[in-house]
Amino acid sequence: MSETTSLSSLLDQIGKPVEGHRPWPRIAADRKGWSSLIAAMAGNDWTLLGLWGEPKAVHVAVADVPAATYAVVSLDCPERSFPSFSAVRPGAIRLERTAQELFGLTAEGLTDPRPWLDYGWWGVRQPLAETPLEPDPNPPRYEFLPIDGEGWHQVPVGPVHAGIIEPGHFRFTCNGETVIRLEERLGWVHKGVDSLLKGATIENAAKLAARLSGDATVANSIAFARAVEAALGIEVPPRAVWLRAMMGELERIANHLGDIGSVCNDAAFAFMLAEFHGLRELVAQANWDSFGHRLMMDRVIPGGTLVDLSIGAATRYDELAKTLRSRVAGLVHIYDTKPSMLDRTVTTGTVSLELVNSFAASGHVGRASGRDFDSRKTPGYPPYDQLEFRVPVFQDGDVNARVWVRIREIEESLKLVEQIVSKFLEKDFAGDDRLVSEVPAGVGGEGIAMAEAFRGEYLAWVRIGADGLIQRCHLRDPSWFQWPVLEASIEGNIVADFPLCNKSFNCSYTGADL
Amino acid sequence: MLKHLLKNVAGGPVTIQGPAASTEAVEELAARLQKLTHTRLGKGLVFREIDAGSCNGCELEIHALNNIVYDLERFGFRFAASPRHADVMMVTGPVAKNMKEALFRTWDAAPNPKWVVAVGDCACGTGVFAGSYACVGKVADVVPVDLHIKGCPPRPIDLLAGLIALIESTVAPAEKKAS
Repeated sequence: MSETTSLSSLLDQIGKPVEGHRPWPRIAADRKGWSSLIAAMAGNDWTLLGLWGEPKAVHVAVADVPAATYAVVSLDCPERSFPSFSAVRPGAIRLERTAQELFGLTAEGLTDPRPWLDYGWWGVRQPLAETPLEPDPNPPRYEFLPIDGEGWHQVPVGPVHAGIIEPGHFRFTCNGETVIRLEERLGWVHKGVDSLLKGATIENAAKLAARLSGDATVANSIAFARAVEAALGIEVPPRAVWLRAMMGELERIANHLGDIGSVCNDAAFAFMLAEFHGLRELVAQANWDSFGHRLMMDRVIPGGTLVDLSIGAATRYDELAKTLRSRVAGLVHIYDTKPSMLDRTVTTGTVSLELVNSFAASGHVGRASGRDFDSRKTPGYPPYDQLEFRVPVFQDGDVNARVWVRIREIEESLKLVEQIVSKFLEKDFAGDDRLVSEVPAGVGGEGIAMAEAFRGEYLAWVRIGADGLIQRCHLRDPSWFQWPVLEASIEGNIVADFPLCNKSFNCSYTGADL
Repeated sequence: MLKHLLKNVAGGPVTIQGPAASTEAVEELAARLQKLTHTRLGKGLVFREIDAGSCNGCELEIHALNNIVYDLERFGFRFAASPRHADVMMVTGPVAKNMKEALFRTWDAAPNPKWVVAVGDCACGTGVFAGSYACVGKVADVVPVDLHIKGCPPRPIDLLAGLIALIESTVAPAEKKAS
């Protein structure tokens, strides 16, 4: 593969842009073009950002991040079969298994063709295909990866776990205390989100998007709203743009606080859990008082925001930012000076830059291993172009590095909150008090957007019909690309360190189970 | 760290006063008092939380019950890892069909008498996921529910008010529907 071929010139060769898709181009490729994209991906480091099906089509979102090229490539497949990306981008494996099961498509050459979400309990097969199938009276037994050798035993965990946590099945294969393989079996909380989105009004779809993963409700709502706004050409009032960033940063702070405390708790340092969750509660209470919801669910809506930030609330967040900065600093000092704590996090659950890059694992998981990507910076979205903040990147790739990314991100987000608050206190919106622009009726379109949550970027793709209803919407949680990396992170570690690894990732079960 | 702890002691408690039992919860439980067996729940209740397809919003708020502000354990409540040790199943989500069997088995593994609290709009059958091919629709369709606590998600204070009603009541567990 010639290294001189850029993604944008390849896109020009493989097909024509579809009209009405914004802001990235969507290229309608033929099979040859689709295959040449796969071949080109083998020889470079372009990013696969998502892959989703339709009854007779498949779409892939790709990016050349340094060149700032972002695009969707589509393949019509009337025969319901498409060449697989799995051999060149392992992150595509679970997405393609899902497209196979929900739409009845076939990914040719899929490196792992086993089922994924369908356990045979839905009462229907291929529920989103043009003609769904009757359920299989004898669904095939799921085959875990074969184990060969001597002296190993297995520890099956879940779907119901010991704590207050989402369900999933983990199968540990161990030799003594050491884990030699972890295999995840997810899909337990599959709720049929894609089918519920189909035919929904924009308003109802926004509610579903807000509940793809409750801990990242704001980021999901921002991604969905921005995709709808791109599709319909809606301009969001500046005040709402800044309010969204405010809520997004508060959500990031709250989740990082909770996760740092929980990582420490998994090393039996309960004091830190009490302290950090106490701080998290301060954020939740301020959110309730200011925005009317502790998680700020449904506060970001297509067209703008539902709520405003009063001067009183802005001042309170300004004070809260100062309180959090000083109290987090004290706790971080304790974290970083306790050898019994660091013994559990340093060199535990290490993942390499090569691995996170191959899966495009984003958020703190990627940034703790040296993958410098944050969708607030690249491709970027407003108002972050007007805000000053750093994207902390660490190299060690262990639990400790993931904790430190979170610590530094809390500090950066506190700075962002202060910058946003001062914008509100200075009444710096030129007298423009609008919170929401009208969502026009009777126009359709296609849009795509990303929004950076605490765990990484959420991607939303939407096609709206002229009747104003959602024809197809795909919401891609960053966890799709982090779960497989978690499997690798525990290899060679002891079983007792899995909770630390798992919590340092904190992938969403619901977000990836759809 | 010592300095930090001393400051916390000197600063006084951050824990808030517990709420009164929720009126709705008392009413829901009272409706079954005709069938009363006067089973006193005693002074403590052990919970087993089961996520049956929630968006994890409810889990965040259930987690918050354990934080220093709500401090669930002072009321005699705590969460157990095993259903074998639990009195109350706290269930969230619209019951994803993929979780139906796991929910039933976890409930079945708990010793009698046992109670079920459906937490959140989804678990109560009024959430956004009801009606999909992949969801049963509500918790009561799978296991007998004693108490519904609505909200999306319910706030920790609402959860607490409902749970206090449960411990203060003298109601016998809901009976399993013949199915």
